[in-house]
Amino acid sequence: MEQLKTIGRELAMGSQGGFGQSKEFLDLVKSIGETRSKAEEDRIVLHEIETLKRRITDPDIPKRKMKEYIIRLVYIEMLGHDASFGYIHAVKMTHDDSLLLKRTGYLAVTLFLNEDHDLIILIVNTIQKDLRSDNYLVVCAALNAVCRLINEETIPAVLPQVVELLGHSKEAVRKKAIMALHRFYQKSSSVSHLVPNFRKKLCDNDPGVMGATLCPLFDLITIDANSYKDLVVSFVTILKQVAERRLPKSYDYHQMPAPFIQIRLLKILALLGGGDKQASEKMYTVVSDIFRKCDSSSNIGNAVLYECICCVSSIYPNPKLLETAAEVISKFLKSGSHNLKYMGIDALGRLIKISPDIAEQHQLAVIDCLEDPDDTLKRKTFELLYKMTKSSNVEVIVDRMIDYMISINDSHYKTYIASRCVELAEQFAPSNHWFIQTMNKVFEYAGDLVNVKVAHNLMRLIAEGFGEEDDAADSQLRSSAVESYLRIIGEPKLPSLFLQVICWVLGEYGTADGKYSASYITGKLCDVAEAYSDDETVKAYAVTAFMKVYASEIAAGRKVDMLHECQSLVEELSASHSTDLQQRAYELQAVISLDKHAVENILPSDASCEDIEVDKNLLLLDNYVQQSLENGAQPYIPESEHSGLSNISNFRSQDQHEASIHGLRFEAYELPKPPVPPRIHAASLEPSTELVPVSEPSYSRDTHQVETAASISDMGSSELKLRLDGVQKKWGRPVYSSSSPSTSNSTTPNTVNGVTQVDGAVNVNSKTRSTRDSRKPQVEISPEKQKLAASLFGGSSQIDKRATSANHKVTKAGIHAPEKAQAPKAAVVSNQVTVEKTNHQPSPDLLDLGEPTVASTTPSVDPFKQLEGLLDPTQISVTANHGAVGTTESPDIIGLYGNASASGQSSSSEISLTTNRDDVNFTVGLVDATVSTAHAGTTLPTQFPKGLNPRDSLEKDALVRHMGVTPSSQNPNLFRDLLG
Amino acid sequence: MIHFVLLISRQGKVRLTKWYSPYTQKERTKVLRELSGVILTRGPKLCNFVEWRGYKVVYKRYASLYFCMCIDEEDNELEILEIIHHYVEILDRYFGSVCELDLIFNFHKAYYILDELLIAGELQESSKKTVARLIAAQDSLVEAAKEQRSSISNIIAQATK
Repeated sequence: MEQLKTIGRELAMGSQGGFGQSKEFLDLVKSIGETRSKAEEDRIVLHEIETLKRRITDPDIPKRKMKEYIIRLVYIEMLGHDASFGYIHAVKMTHDDSLLLKRTGYLAVTLFLNEDHDLIILIVNTIQKDLRSDNYLVVCAALNAVCRLINEETIPAVLPQVVELLGHSKEAVRKKAIMALHRFYQKSSSVSHLVPNFRKKLCDNDPGVMGATLCPLFDLITIDANSYKDLVVSFVTILKQVAERRLPKSYDYHQMPAPFIQIRLLKILALLGGGDKQASEKMYTVVSDIFRKCDSSSNIGNAVLYECICCVSSIYPNPKLLETAAEVISKFLKSGSHNLKYMGIDALGRLIKISPDIAEQHQLAVIDCLEDPDDTLKRKTFELLYKMTKSSNVEVIVDRMIDYMISINDSHYKTYIASRCVELAEQFAPSNHWFIQTMNKVFEYAGDLVNVKVAHNLMRLIAEGFGEEDDAADSQLRSSAVESYLRIIGEPKLPSLFLQVICWVLGEYGTADGKYSASYITGKLCDVAEAYSDDETVKAYAVTAFMKVYASEIAAGRKVDMLHECQSLVEELSASHSTDLQQRAYELQAVISLDKHAVENILPSDASCEDIEVDKNLLLLDNYVQQSLENGAQPYIPESEHSGLSNISNFRSQDQHEASIHGLRFEAYELPKPPVPPRIHAASLEPSTELVPVSEPSYSRDTHQVETAASISDMGSSELKLRLDGVQKKWGRPVYSSSSPSTSNSTTPNTVNGVTQVDGAVNVNSKTRSTRDSRKPQVEISPEKQKLAASLFGGSSQIDKRATSANHKVTKAGIHAPEKAQAPKAAVVSNQVTVEKTNHQPSPDLLDLGEPTVASTTPSVDPFKQLEGLLDPTQISVTANHGAVGTTESPDIIGLYGNASASGQSSSSEISLTTNRDDVNFTVGLVDATVSTAHAGTTLPTQFPKGLNPRDSLEKDALVRHMGVTPSSQNPNLFRDLLG
Repeated sequence: MIHFVLLISRQGKVRLTKWYSPYTQKERTKVLRELSGVILTRGPKLCNFVEWRGYKVVYKRYASLYFCMCIDEEDNELEILEIIHHYVEILDRYFGSVCELDLIFNFHKAYYILDELLIAGELQESSKKTVARLIAAQDSLVEAAKEQRSSISNIIAQATK
């Protein structure tokens, strides 16, 4: 009897609190809703975790209660806390026979567990059983779990059953089975024999199953389009049928026939038609049909249109379709919606690869997007600019990018855009001077984020110069680099990588042109080493730079006067904890004490580009070793061959071994053949002994390891001077290591156009830029934009034309002008200016356009305004449409936002604390009412009332009221219909 | 592919999270913090997309609730925007003019519905009717169980009188 009573109570519990859940749980949700700080929320959740931990382990909790606990666990986990103590109970719940509990169990495990979790093995058996169930809902629940939980190891356990389910009578099951197989395919290659199933299911008579099959097919075709060319006709037919509304009405979405299926099909067609003229020709009709039928006033219509553009731009080009695509793009760009502008810019980037001139029509729109306050749009526009960069507009684009890079904090994107700048600069740099200036800026503002390789490329460029036999230009480049670095060096907080470059350049070329004295340069370097005293790499670079500066002084026959602070720095470093720094300091002291002849041999000036022959076998030491052996020295036994080593040395050899795995092979010491006893270093009296590196496999930092490796290999060369050379060469290493980027310079069209022009351009460039910059504030916005447009778009075409046919410039431009009639007038004006300019200047620089355009400001203002006027109506209509569709942008909701902000941060204080334990009776009294509302709440949806149902809202209102939540309180937003 | 779905209130409270790609609990917390910082501060007229760590996050605000989905670089943002809307429409039909409160207290139901709409990060069903039918079928089981239970509890009540 007693037992029956408890059961009865438990059964009643379930519906006590409304929303079909227990009061306790609702109280939890409410109290969390009321919290004002994360700390408070954490406190409540931790308390809840304690409660659940205690209760959940109780052996005889009723199942119903257990179900609620599991849902509470889900809630805790959702809030970001660890509910792992309850995972096992969720797993147990999946074993239950009742679908209700099973479903909850599956929901919880799919939310809790990742596919690599240990508990999954406990579920596989249940899943197997459930996949065989007669009840299709059980099968569906199991398939949901399969998609989330089955990993590569467990696939074989369920695979046969899932394949069998492809023939299930219920379409929901077939659909989920397809998706499960898709998931398997993504995870493991062992199911590739099942691929024919996907082809077969494409012909399923249920559109939902067919639509689902497109997902795996898309993946398969992405990998290997050629094996699916035979399906082109099928896909085209399906797409045609969809577009002609042959699918059931229930697949319509906002008056569009099955748009999600259309989008997927278009994606697949884009893959299949890529570079395949024959396949593409089959698609032209249907794609142009869709272009025509799409409703460009709804968002979903635009989504399909965008997908059409993507398709058109990736299949074999068709002029008519391209034209239509361009029209749609211009509609997107002219729209007032930021979303559409964003898509327009993206689409433009796709189309520009095929028809590069289409960007010209939209230049002003693109520039508007570039100057938009919306970061997302701005970044997308940079992406577009990146795609359309040529040698003619690279300066403007990279300048813009750098300006933007400086202004943002997001390090992920900063890295990205910095690498873009570097890439563009390396590829299209009009002059080396500009390249160095650009690199300086990139380093200065994003130095910690750029790749080390970039720094080495820059050093190499400075060392190698133009790659031509033009020494004057080279030294001019170097001295300009030195000058710019001396200017920058005083700035606070420069990135380490940049400082390394600066130190290297100052060391190599600081005193080369005689403009700066050795003491001036070393003083600056000393400042750097002191200012960044915790950066060992920078200090190392600085010390090596000292050495080079002093070496060149000695070589020139001047007396070396070491600055006082340098001396103290070197002394300090010679007692440094870092062996690398110590070694460098000693080397420096040794070199300074040498005479002119020796120094010239050790550190020849400007020899960073010379090749070094490396004798890896250290044959030069053979004589010496032989001699030592004859004198009774012990032969060298490599460490690895030592027997009975202590633990520590074991460690060391392991370290060494590891290091060699990581690509740093200390070959000289690994080879057993030419024995070199380590002791000889101490015994030797040669001045260069400090240089011969004591093998230090336990170097922790990569850079150091590289350095050691470098000096070891350098040591192998046959002459004394080369040993010391190695010290210098460490920094020069990239110079001869590979041959990529800076050579790209010579391949750019610019150098092809005018090899001799480069020299002059350097000065012209910097001059015009500075005048432009100083003028900036006074000039009105529109000429500014025109100028930008001209340099981005108009100018580029001019340059191209010049390259092809220099003589026809004027006539050609004349022909082009009417073509651009539909484009904004302002642009035409600036273009014409370009033409004029190019007429009497043989080597037009883009930035020269500055002055003439400024002169023509006044006439160009009007057309621009006209353009804006044109834009306005479209903007209005678009927003109106949005309202009609039923998005949140409707005015009354905006009013509510104001309301919400008025209530300030008191987020969910609307839920009053009135519900205390004394109220329980009252609530119990209301149980019946609650049950009925709960019933209503769940039965109603089966009738699917369209739009707002007054009865429904009233019931909901009553329900929440007696739970202590009143709509009249501060946050009415919780009661606001999401769909407005 | 959709990597995750988030529902965040205007105050930054989490209403629902569904992860289709593996993320540890720590990463999840970080993602939530990062994204709610970015999305909740965006102005109303800006575009509904955010580029984030090489992915794109499409979000849309309904009343005081933000629906966010994280997708790959090459996915169609406008389509995702409509998938979000599709989901909201289904929720609306199910709850009968859905409001945030419904989702707060019935988050598990929102999960069930989401599971019928998306699977493994892909849209599995684009017909509202089909989704609704499946959910209704599952709910009718719940109803049946409830009725059974109430009749049992009546019997017990009478027996223990």
